[in-house]
Amino acid sequence: MNWITNYVRPKINSMFGRREVAENLWIKCPETGEMVFHKDLESNQWVIPSSGYHMKISAKARLGYFFDDGAYELIPAPKVPQDPLKFRDTKKYVDRLREHRAKTELDDAIVAGIGKVSGIETVACVHDFNFIAGSLGVAAGEAIIAAFETAVKRHCPLVMFPASGGARMQEGILSLMQLPRTTVAVEMLKEAGLPYIVVLTNPTTGGVSASYAMLGDVHLAEPGAEIGFAGRRVILQTIREQLPEGFQTSEYLLEHGMVDMVTHRHDIPSTVGRLLRMMLNQPALEKPQASATGNGITLNGTGGSDPIVQILDDPGTRAKPPLVDARREATPAAN
Amino acid sequence: MHNYLEFEKPISDLEGKIHELKKLGEEDESVDTADEIARLEARARDAMADIYAKLTPWQKTQVARHPARPHFLDYAKTLFTEFTPLAGDRKFSEDAAIQAGLARFRGTPVALIGQEKGHDTKSRIRHNFGSAKPEGYRKAIRVMEMADRFGMPIVTLIDTAGAYPGVGAEERGQAEAIARSTEMCLKVKVPIISVIIGEGGSGGAIAIATGNRVYMLEHSIYSVISPEGAASILWRDSTKAKDAATSMRITAEDLKDLGIIDGIIPEPVGGAHREPAQAMAATGSVIADALQDLSALDGAALVKDRREKYLAIGRQQH
Repeated sequence: MNWITNYVRPKINSMFGRREVAENLWIKCPETGEMVFHKDLESNQWVIPSSGYHMKISAKARLGYFFDDGAYELIPAPKVPQDPLKFRDTKKYVDRLREHRAKTELDDAIVAGIGKVSGIETVACVHDFNFIAGSLGVAAGEAIIAAFETAVKRHCPLVMFPASGGARMQEGILSLMQLPRTTVAVEMLKEAGLPYIVVLTNPTTGGVSASYAMLGDVHLAEPGAEIGFAGRRVILQTIREQLPEGFQTSEYLLEHGMVDMVTHRHDIPSTVGRLLRMMLNQPALEKPQASATGNGITLNGTGGSDPIVQILDDPGTRAKPPLVDARREATPAAN
Repeated sequence: MHNYLEFEKPISDLEGKIHELKKLGEEDESVDTADEIARLEARARDAMADIYAKLTPWQKTQVARHPARPHFLDYAKTLFTEFTPLAGDRKFSEDAAIQAGLARFRGTPVALIGQEKGHDTKSRIRHNFGSAKPEGYRKAIRVMEMADRFGMPIVTLIDTAGAYPGVGAEERGQAEAIARSTEMCLKVKVPIISVIIGEGGSGGAIAIATGNRVYMLEHSIYSVISPEGAASILWRDSTKAKDAATSMRITAEDLKDLGIIDGIIPEPVGGAHREPAQAMAATGSVIADALQDLSALDGAALVKDRREKYLAIGRQQH
């Protein structure tokens, strides 16, 4: 019927191993165990309203929330040779790819788009964690490079949203080679004098954190995200002692100087927009930009005084944002 | 006596017999053992050549990790003169897992960087078994930056199971340190020659292996994760390391086929640990040729060469 029933809901079901319960879908907060009605969650960009727990979201939902009016154009990902190593573990890698393509309706783990953020033309490059843990292989590497090349060509900034377990092990050494390859892309953007902002989301680990995810001019992180190089299990095996509280979370990285700020999902577009406008020497927006709503209200910075904009931008009194499918309709370029 | 690997049993049996015969000949001069010894020695040589001509990826993994294999400091002593190690990242501490400093290669000043695993318990602990912390990578960055300023070519020798997974390393930004080190490799306007001399373990390796030319010793390995790690994650069975080593394609030959490395440095029959001097000499001539090749390129051309090299990886069909 629409995006929710065809896409979001099956995804949630698979995430929680839950059968479809027609109009009565309740989702458990992974932090507090509280049951939340799915519509309340959807309308809050998949942040649990009471606990503030940030759930994982699809790459396309992310792009929709991020760009002004939820409007963007997809950047096509280059075609790459499949399964270069003819890899097989407990399952053939080609079969694994086929399953994930069917499940996510994506070609691989990266979705990139170009649109406006606080009126600034911007490329956003997003990992979809549902595609083999958002892992970085040849296809993802090429998609990332294409996104950076688009940004250089259009002379606009790039914002990266990693959500990845790290390198795609089924592609062996070719996945490791994506570290220097993507770093070349970052270098080209920086050389062109363009801003590179990274928004670290849950999780960002392994080869992804050890390359483009840690090379931003500015690093934002969503609350509670797991961010680090080595996995917790590996570290535990090495040191054989308790890990510090909050180890490898966004807040921990903020404290240790690796990220600039921990930012609520609702405030990411306006924060990034504000930074980009300063970095590119653009005048401040007269009216605060609403945080990624795309609900049909014109929020392009040229509109007149609109109290709704301010209400939306105040986390304390944030009005109930629109349903996701409303945004979907406002995003003709998507998909 | 050699420290034999499991698959070297036919060699160890023959060499054991030779040893006994020699002892016998010394004790009793009336017994003529010379012919038999010569015959067994020939057989041992043949067995060694046979076994080493078709090592499996898992066997190569064991050779690459052999404790007697020449390590970074052996190369530093043998191929370079005036090696002057520098210490510290000027931010937090010194990390002896990574050695970095100035040296002369056949008279030419270069920056020499690499991981040292150590050769006995004491030195292994001192060098943390070749697993570097962020400080190690930041020291490497510091030395690369300096080499760049003084126009000195950079030689990196890679031998690590991987960057160190510990609380302190995470706290101080292991991921960021590796990312910046790779970035610095791509930035410098001097040639970088990288040689995988033993284990090229994942991000901990690539951080200092992003060179204009990358070579591997014949029995070294280079991989996104150790065969044991892949086995436990992908197969959920750590006994599958052998299968993982094969599936992941980690040998020098595999990487040459995949277009990732520029050449394979031949090892003496029986591996670099049997004739270290020969293995190191072969490495020296490859480094010399590569430096000669790159000497025609100016700074901008070197940066371009590296970028194009890495962007091309995986694009060509094999």
